[in-house]
Amino acid sequence: MLNSGGPDRVNASRKPDTDTSVSGSPRKAPTGIVGFDHITRGGLPRGRTTLLLGGPGSGKTLFALEFLVHGLREMKEPGIFVAFEEHSKRIRANVESFGWNLPELEGKLSFVDAQPAADLIQSGDFDLGGMLAALQALIESTGARRIVFDALDVLLALLADPTARRTEIYRLHDWLLARELTAIITAKAAGDEISAIGREPLAFMQFMVDCGVTLNHKVVLGVSQRSLRVQKYRGTSFDENESPFIIGRRGFEVEVARPLERGSLEISDERVSSGVQRLDTMLDGGYYRGATIMIEGSPGTAKTTLCGAFAQAACKRRERTLFATFDSDANEVIRNLASVGIRLARYVKSGQLRMASVRITNGNAEIYFANILALAKEHKARCLVIDPVSAWHNPGDSMSANSVAERLINWSKAEGITLLCSSLLNETSTPPEGSTARQISTLADTSIHLSDVVQAGERNRGLSIIKSRGTDHSNQVRELILSDEGVTLADTYSLGGQVLMGTLRWQKESGEHAAAGMADAAEKLKRVKIEAEVAELEVQLRALGVELEAKRVEKALLARTNVERKSSLVTKHSRLDELRGADPGGARKKQDKP
Amino acid sequence: MEREKFTFRLYVAGHASNSARATSNLGALCREYLEGRHTIEVVDVFREPQRALADGIFMTPTLIKLGPLPAPVRIVGSLSERVLLIQALGLPGEPE
Repeated sequence: MLNSGGPDRVNASRKPDTDTSVSGSPRKAPTGIVGFDHITRGGLPRGRTTLLLGGPGSGKTLFALEFLVHGLREMKEPGIFVAFEEHSKRIRANVESFGWNLPELEGKLSFVDAQPAADLIQSGDFDLGGMLAALQALIESTGARRIVFDALDVLLALLADPTARRTEIYRLHDWLLARELTAIITAKAAGDEISAIGREPLAFMQFMVDCGVTLNHKVVLGVSQRSLRVQKYRGTSFDENESPFIIGRRGFEVEVARPLERGSLEISDERVSSGVQRLDTMLDGGYYRGATIMIEGSPGTAKTTLCGAFAQAACKRRERTLFATFDSDANEVIRNLASVGIRLARYVKSGQLRMASVRITNGNAEIYFANILALAKEHKARCLVIDPVSAWHNPGDSMSANSVAERLINWSKAEGITLLCSSLLNETSTPPEGSTARQISTLADTSIHLSDVVQAGERNRGLSIIKSRGTDHSNQVRELILSDEGVTLADTYSLGGQVLMGTLRWQKESGEHAAAGMADAAEKLKRVKIEAEVAELEVQLRALGVELEAKRVEKALLARTNVERKSSLVTKHSRLDELRGADPGGARKKQDKP
Repeated sequence: MEREKFTFRLYVAGHASNSARATSNLGALCREYLEGRHTIEVVDVFREPQRALADGIFMTPTLIKLGPLPAPVRIVGSLSERVLLIQALGLPGEPE
């Protein structure tokens, strides 16, 4: 950078404005369709023409209109919508439900009805000069920068021969370029196959325009699938693959699996409770905030209960939570959970918890995902529960299901939302390869497995942690116990390689209890015995002491008696000698030799 | 019998060739069939684009038969197919 010449340095240090990248690739006009702007790295080519092809009902009109509405609302670029097929009144009525509020844009967003009348008589050739002149007048009065020609094929069909069509397409294209209008021309075509003879003018137009986009609408095994593909985009890179899209509540929504940028996530060390104290202990403190947790299990293994426990814990922490239920009605879930001491009704009432029943028999993963996303955004959810995500699977849906899972997880991680999904495992099979549930299970941070254990004539629920990334977790199978006071886990016993649950566990527990009692008693008994022995010995010891003393006294007595006897003898002799009048020496001699 | 007067309005796009042909075709037809009982107003959409917009003229040339009633008739193109034209405009069967 330092070595580069003056002009280069100026160029490099120049702050790129929003529309122009430094490398000089085409300036872009955002469409407001988030996923699409991502695919095309910013939107449609500004000041150029885009050809939008698609079959009937593929969403062409909607896409084009959204492009105009967004341009006006966000970029302050007035627009013109030229309708060749459907009457503009009907188009406006059709998009009313998306909340775009078109009447508010009156005067800045102009609709021009250019439908050829049904009773139109044609005699000889004609051109589009009249239309372009009229539009010129409109552009001058409104300052329009964006324009849409919807269903141009209708008009082209009236032109007698390919040459005339070509001429008019050229005329239109030149006219658009000269005015630097960002334009979308839509036309009917069945997917990517536009090579048929009847499509000749469209094929030709594809070569001419700067950007080509195709919309597809297929039904696979009864599941509707929409996808979009950018065919060409001059001077810029773009995602070339088909991207699924849906027509959602706010309009056109293209979903893209956005790779997470390295290090872009804020990783949290914070733990959030699973709602079951002992499960938190097993997980060394709970789930990580922002993690994805998968709870898998066969029917009736208390998946929903664990979901409910988590939701309740989240609400207790005063976190806004969305609970999307696919199997049963929200109110049923609330009632059923109350029976195991999980009370959600009050949080629903306070608005902290949003329960959403999404019961569609033949929706597809794409639509579910978009609905959940919209709900979660609307609710500003920090915790999200999807029960069960396996309901998203539909045969024929495998194309998008994979990417839905990835996007769901990427999105929740990027938003820092803790995502808890449950998934139904059939006893006979795991979720089908390629289903959303299967994919989430692979990508989840923490995976919990619930199972039925049938043993000694009863069915009990076992819980184990399959994985929990980044946490020290227990490898033990625990028994999940539901009571009207709540959910808890009990230790299980393994005996001869088998895990004991339910009554067997209780028996084992009470057996152990009895054994412990016996041991206690035995110990007590022994202690008492020893104490008795000690006491006895002590008594003996004291008796002996007394006896000893007695002997000592006796011995002392004996010694004294002896001395006394001797002295009394001496005294007696002295007295006798005295009485006999003998001298002391003579008396003693007498005594010494008897 | 008082013969009805025909009123036409022809929208043209400047000097475009099909517009010029339409002008001359219409002129010739009127001279042949409606001598002395027609009026033709020519509107150049390049000069009066607002009017084209207001009248919903998107293809040029476009001919509108405003009278006699009943309904106005719209014909698009260079007016080159004479038989069709005579039929569509309800002109008298024989040239005068």
